[in-house]
Amino acid sequence: MYDYNAFDRAFLAERNAQFRSQVERRIDGSLTEEEFRPLRLMNGLYLQLHAYMLRICIPYGTLNPGQMRRFAEVAERWDKGYGHFTTRQNIQLNWPKLKDVPDILDSLGEVGIHAIQTSGNTIRNTTADHFAGAAADEIEDPRPVAELIRQWSTDHAEFQFLPRKFKIAITGSPNDRAVTRAHDIGLRMVRRGAEVGFEVLVGGGLGRTPMLGAVIRDFLPKADLLPYLEAIVSTYNVMGRRDNKYKARIKITVFENGIDVFKAAVEERFVETRAQFSGVDQQILTEIEAQFTPPAFRNAPTEAFDAALASDPVFRAWADTNLAEHRAPGYAIVTVSLKAHGETPGDASSAQMRLLADLAERYGHDELRISHEQNVILPHVHKSDLPAIHAALAGEGLATANVGLISDIIACPGMDYCALATARSIPVAQELATHFRDIGLEQEIGALKIKISGCINACGHHHVGHIGILGLDRAGVENYQITLGGDHTETAAIGERAGPGFAYDQVVPAIERLLRAYLAQRDAPTESFIDAFRRLGPAPFKAALYPEEARDAA
Amino acid sequence: MSRRFTPKVVTANDLLEGDVIYLTADDRWSRAHHEAELIEDEAHAQLRLLFASGQPARVVGAYLAEAKAGPDGPEPTHFREAFRTRGPSNYPHGKQEAANV
Repeated sequence: MYDYNAFDRAFLAERNAQFRSQVERRIDGSLTEEEFRPLRLMNGLYLQLHAYMLRICIPYGTLNPGQMRRFAEVAERWDKGYGHFTTRQNIQLNWPKLKDVPDILDSLGEVGIHAIQTSGNTIRNTTADHFAGAAADEIEDPRPVAELIRQWSTDHAEFQFLPRKFKIAITGSPNDRAVTRAHDIGLRMVRRGAEVGFEVLVGGGLGRTPMLGAVIRDFLPKADLLPYLEAIVSTYNVMGRRDNKYKARIKITVFENGIDVFKAAVEERFVETRAQFSGVDQQILTEIEAQFTPPAFRNAPTEAFDAALASDPVFRAWADTNLAEHRAPGYAIVTVSLKAHGETPGDASSAQMRLLADLAERYGHDELRISHEQNVILPHVHKSDLPAIHAALAGEGLATANVGLISDIIACPGMDYCALATARSIPVAQELATHFRDIGLEQEIGALKIKISGCINACGHHHVGHIGILGLDRAGVENYQITLGGDHTETAAIGERAGPGFAYDQVVPAIERLLRAYLAQRDAPTESFIDAFRRLGPAPFKAALYPEEARDAA
Repeated sequence: MSRRFTPKVVTANDLLEGDVIYLTADDRWSRAHHEAELIEDEAHAQLRLLFASGQPARVVGAYLAEAKAGPDGPEPTHFREAFRTRGPSNYPHGKQEAANV
């Protein structure tokens, strides 16, 4: 993975020194909050309901054991001994004190971690397929390009005050695990003959006006990527609306002007930007690529794995749900669930972070990933090491065998932390997870994506959940809308609202009615909820959610 | 006709700690909601908010929050303000943590 060079280290140290001085001037009264706020946001520092929150960038979700250990140390020394991994592959500390934040950033800077552009109307962390570099279905590892985008977009003078925030996602696989159609720009690696390039999508996004990205280029040569991105963002910077915050995202720019008009403007601008790029970006990309060479995979027998599968049903259940196919023979991709039943989705304690770092070092070629689904990935593990890894994970409460199941829920922090939230998300996720475990239906229900947001901004991706739950404030009471039929993959779809919302204590019973209707009507146990929904349409599920209305209509 | 004024408290976050604080009748900032000044007059509310906003080196984001009289002092009326008096529901952190000590 990418190691900072002398330029990166000097840049970050200087930036952290600037922020230290800004914090000092805020505390001594020489900066007002209005002056300080944009400065702190540019460095990832929010003020939430109960405390400050520091959002720390994990570029394209990749980190090494030393960085994970540093998160553990920082969380223990300056916070409450845990961190929260987010749907944008970042980590958030929920309780930092203002005066400590410069020390935290210096400490993180020592291991090549920053919080720059994790807020503000800038280009945010470029998110990527969390199986990048390991997945069997991949064309190329997209992370060198993601790192190039990080370097290009960080402190990019033209793009520090965009009309609104700007998010790019990238995948190197046809199976889209990066939700590319729900981003301002989605990049999908594709082949044309022997050449590798990108399908470029623009104008996707969730939030109050969910839209799926449209194709602006079906094949962009790899070498044209940065000038083309620069053309898109600079066109948006000019055309995007600044009169209304809710109409300022690029999805509205594309929607109001039409993709053809927007594309024409981008292509015109691209003629200029391409001429300005001298090719130095491609030299840098070559240097970056050299740092992403695959690890030296070993050729070893997998009998230990096969024996554990045969003899240990707990291990087998975990292997069935938490492993994915690796490109190298004898290897597997391990998803470590941060969704233990009843715990907070995406949270890891310092002890858990240290264990994950140790395991990555000992068994995982020094690599860790954070998924947008708020789990941790060990991307390169030889199968013979899996029994030992599973046993170690179990010792820290990290061996939950539920990846892809009903309890593997995305949930934003919601009103337990977030100042923007209109309702809580975390306790809804906790109760759903424990309820379906307790009534013994989790395995029976099988593959299912539930995604929960505590407000219309949709950090919890509820629009693309098979079942989406959106928490709102209805006349001073928490109320939850349910959407059905969303899809976050390459067959992306926005879920449809099922009907009136449910009170806080009615959400779990409503979801149970819905899923019992699915179990009763699926044509075979192999037919997943989303497949049954697509075959049957929403009617039987709405009838299960709203039995009184179904009765009245009868 | 304008809507009848409902009682309020002045609340903000502490600049250094980030913690939720409330303005008291004797011009202190308290971490306890029940110590807040319950303001029943609209003009007085605006004066108190101005007073709070004039302390940028101490508080961030002062605003008027709905409240009602209770046996031990003002109580929040909206669930968001109730959460702010306690802390999150997934861990015993925040004000509820201090109350346990």
